[in-house]
Amino acid sequence: MSGHSTYQPTTAFGKWFDDRLPLYRLVHDSFVSYPVPRNLNTFYTFGGILMLMLVSQIVTGIVIAMHYTPEATMGFDSVHAMTRDVAYGDTLQDWHAVGASMFFVAVYIHIFRGLYYGSYKAPREILWILGVLIYLLMMATAFMGYVLPWGQMSYWGAQVITSFFSAIPLVGETVREYLLGGYAVGNATLNRFFSLHYLLPFMIAGIVVLHVWSLHVTGQTNPTGVEVKSKQDVIPFTPYATVKDAFALVCFIIVFAYFVFYMPDYLGHADNYIPADPLKTPPHIVPEWYFLPFYAILRAVDFNIGIPFTDIVLIDSKLGGVLAMFSAIAVLFVVPWLDTSEVRSANYRPMYKIFFWLFAANAVFLGYLGSRPAEGIWIPLMKLTTFWYFFHFLIIMPLLGWFEKPLPRPASITDAVLAKHPDGDGSGGGTSQLEGAAAAPQSKG
Amino acid sequence: MKKVFTRLAAVASTLVLAAGISLGAASAADEEGATPHYPLKKPKEQSWSFAGPLGQWDIGQLQRGLKVYSEVCAACHSLRLVSYRNLAGLGYTDAQIKNFAAEYEVTDGPNDDGEMFERPALPTDRFKSPYSNDKEAAAANNGALPPDMSLLAKARAPERGFPTFIFDIFTMYAENGPDYIHSLLTGYEDAPEGKEPGDGLFYNPYFVSGSALAMASPLSDELVEYTDGTPQTVDQYSRDVSAFLMWAAEPGLADRKQRGFIVIIFLLVLAGLLYFTKKKIWSDVAH
Amino acid sequence: MSAPHAEDATRRDFLYIATGAAGAVAAVGVGTVLVSQMGPNAAERAAGAPVEIDISAIEEGQVIVAVWRGKPYFIRHLTDEEVAAAQSAEESGFSDFEAADVRLGAPADGKEGKWTIVAANCTHLGCIPTKVDTGFEGWFCPCHGSKFDVTGRVIKGPAPTNLPLPPYNFASDTTLVIGADKAGA
Repeated sequence: MSGHSTYQPTTAFGKWFDDRLPLYRLVHDSFVSYPVPRNLNTFYTFGGILMLMLVSQIVTGIVIAMHYTPEATMGFDSVHAMTRDVAYGDTLQDWHAVGASMFFVAVYIHIFRGLYYGSYKAPREILWILGVLIYLLMMATAFMGYVLPWGQMSYWGAQVITSFFSAIPLVGETVREYLLGGYAVGNATLNRFFSLHYLLPFMIAGIVVLHVWSLHVTGQTNPTGVEVKSKQDVIPFTPYATVKDAFALVCFIIVFAYFVFYMPDYLGHADNYIPADPLKTPPHIVPEWYFLPFYAILRAVDFNIGIPFTDIVLIDSKLGGVLAMFSAIAVLFVVPWLDTSEVRSANYRPMYKIFFWLFAANAVFLGYLGSRPAEGIWIPLMKLTTFWYFFHFLIIMPLLGWFEKPLPRPASITDAVLAKHPDGDGSGGGTSQLEGAAAAPQSKG
Repeated sequence: MKKVFTRLAAVASTLVLAAGISLGAASAADEEGATPHYPLKKPKEQSWSFAGPLGQWDIGQLQRGLKVYSEVCAACHSLRLVSYRNLAGLGYTDAQIKNFAAEYEVTDGPNDDGEMFERPALPTDRFKSPYSNDKEAAAANNGALPPDMSLLAKARAPERGFPTFIFDIFTMYAENGPDYIHSLLTGYEDAPEGKEPGDGLFYNPYFVSGSALAMASPLSDELVEYTDGTPQTVDQYSRDVSAFLMWAAEPGLADRKQRGFIVIIFLLVLAGLLYFTKKKIWSDVAH
Repeated sequence: MSAPHAEDATRRDFLYIATGAAGAVAAVGVGTVLVSQMGPNAAERAAGAPVEIDISAIEEGQVIVAVWRGKPYFIRHLTDEEVAAAQSAEESGFSDFEAADVRLGAPADGKEGKWTIVAANCTHLGCIPTKVDTGFEGWFCPCHGSKFDVTGRVIKGPAPTNLPLPPYNFASDTTLVIGADKAGA
């Protein structure tokens, strides 16, 4: 992105080292001189926050793994022995558990930022797909991590989620047995989940490297959606973006710390303080909050899909629910091609903007429905919101490209910035809507 | 064409909104529906010394709670994750703890002859369980296993409902457990007509997973003797033992809050410094 | 912002230094938490409380191994000949000489010290030496050949120092407490 490197070793040793391993050069080019658009708003700080959350989860995870025993009769007790007896054991355990939630808070803001500003559009399709892959791996990691404390929700969550795979026709049951390492969730399952829970974060870290690499090839998008055109449009990453990210990060950590120290159990489930009992299901099983929208989609499909007017069932409700749920994630992979608009940022897309917020509200509502029992009024509502989820991606996104009349865009980032600051040398051609539009997302934070 | 879409959006949002509004009514109407939701009554919120950002244990209350637990609850309920040594958190000296532990006989061994033997408990031992295993505990109680109490105050959190669960974030409400235990212990009443529970079950609208439970009301006035002049009532016993169980579930609770207070104050200062640093650095760039 | 005023620069420097310092404090705080969890936990420390050992059954010339904090300790009841040999040994025979009186313990004041209470791990690389009964020589380490006298003083390398004495006291004539120097502690 930066063209050729601007790194100049200042010492003889620096030069000697740089000729052999240009490590400092890489860091310098990626995090010091790397140019970023000057108009990035707060929502663009979540990439950095997520990077720190990954590090935080890995570090606390390695540390609490030192006190954890992945064994069915000892797992539960070892967690609670840690919180009681290890120095700062309770803080570390809450930090890791709440951290998982905060990781998802940040990733959802990051994803919605991308959806709002069209960050997935060419030439950033690979960047987006890598992001969805990271999200998918995060879900797998979080799920397996939630099993480890071996409480009631751990156990029955594992039971329910692994049962998805038994929906696969013909080989489903066998696949599930291989996942579990037994006929039911048990010690073998706990052992392999511990192993995989330890492995996956490092795979995430690997894909994050690709994600950031890809980002540094294409450059950041920005609230105007206009690509960087001149040196005036950008500022060096350090100190500008670094200090801004650091400030946003500390604000985020304050919220994080509030939950860790004052409401550590708020985001979890009380039933996980009861040791796993394979013979007794809790009355009301719910996944962690970050899976709730998908859980609602899963349960929205309570009907068999067959050939009309015959008794032939093509997809039974179990497989249908699982397919719907996986499709809800799979559809994210093709978003770059579903969006047909040539305008990137929702700031200049009056209709998409409405549908974006509608989609966001729908997603939150899906989450609420995920926590409700599958009965009464909740079932038709789950169906309605599930329908809207897919309708948004599959119908609205492609059609809007044709029907929507976008607003005029600024000629460049600098123009947009100067339009906001009329006291500067405002020769640029910003429009009057520009200011309000660019400020809107910030006020909604 | 734009009109079509705007209208579509309007229709859709109205639909979602209407659905949302109808929810309240619908779920209210559902109340008498086929599947009752437990608990029938929400726990009554009490004021606790350990609530809030600077919550502290009331040591006297914890000591009374320990007395209620040892003299009443411990007959059936274990406290298997708590050790006698933890009682230092209740303000007892090492010698007092040693004496308290020594009142219980625990099984140890095998000795050099390969025999298991009984010895007085040491401070390092976990609280002695009333039964040697879950099967025995269930068999002794008509098949209903008395739950272990070491995490009970964290394992019981009846749903708060919308929108209370959102307000809870800001009011820092995290006392569902002790509120629940207190409400349950004081909440036994005669079953309404036609809802009499089966044999060996006792009606209690606060019970988390049914309308009746297998435990009869365990407390009565003057059951446990308090030496510090605190009223010897069921309400007071319940309050004290709930606080004690909160302590048993998380002995580090007060420390955690203190730690959090320092951390958050520090983070606010750091955020303030970073804010001004950022302002300074960005002062020469319009953005 | 060309050529900032001196006062301005000072204030800016102060801001940067304060922010950097606060960041450093945060890093130290996190580091403290991450490191302190590595230490022995509360259960381990509680289990490390002094242990009481009944020594009434240990005959002269016998040695038993007791465990304190998960580590083995020799408790050796010396014979009179062994005591005499240890008392009269020449300083030149040891690489880490200590007087025999320092090394020996006695149940009650005024009684002659006839008890050796020492860590059972060789000070070389931690193997457990085996007992030998050749009068003056008390232990031989099979791993690397170190020799100790009956009070645990090193006679022959490669062990660099004597077998260390744990804190201990005699609660009574028949009860030894390992883990505390003073009775009742």
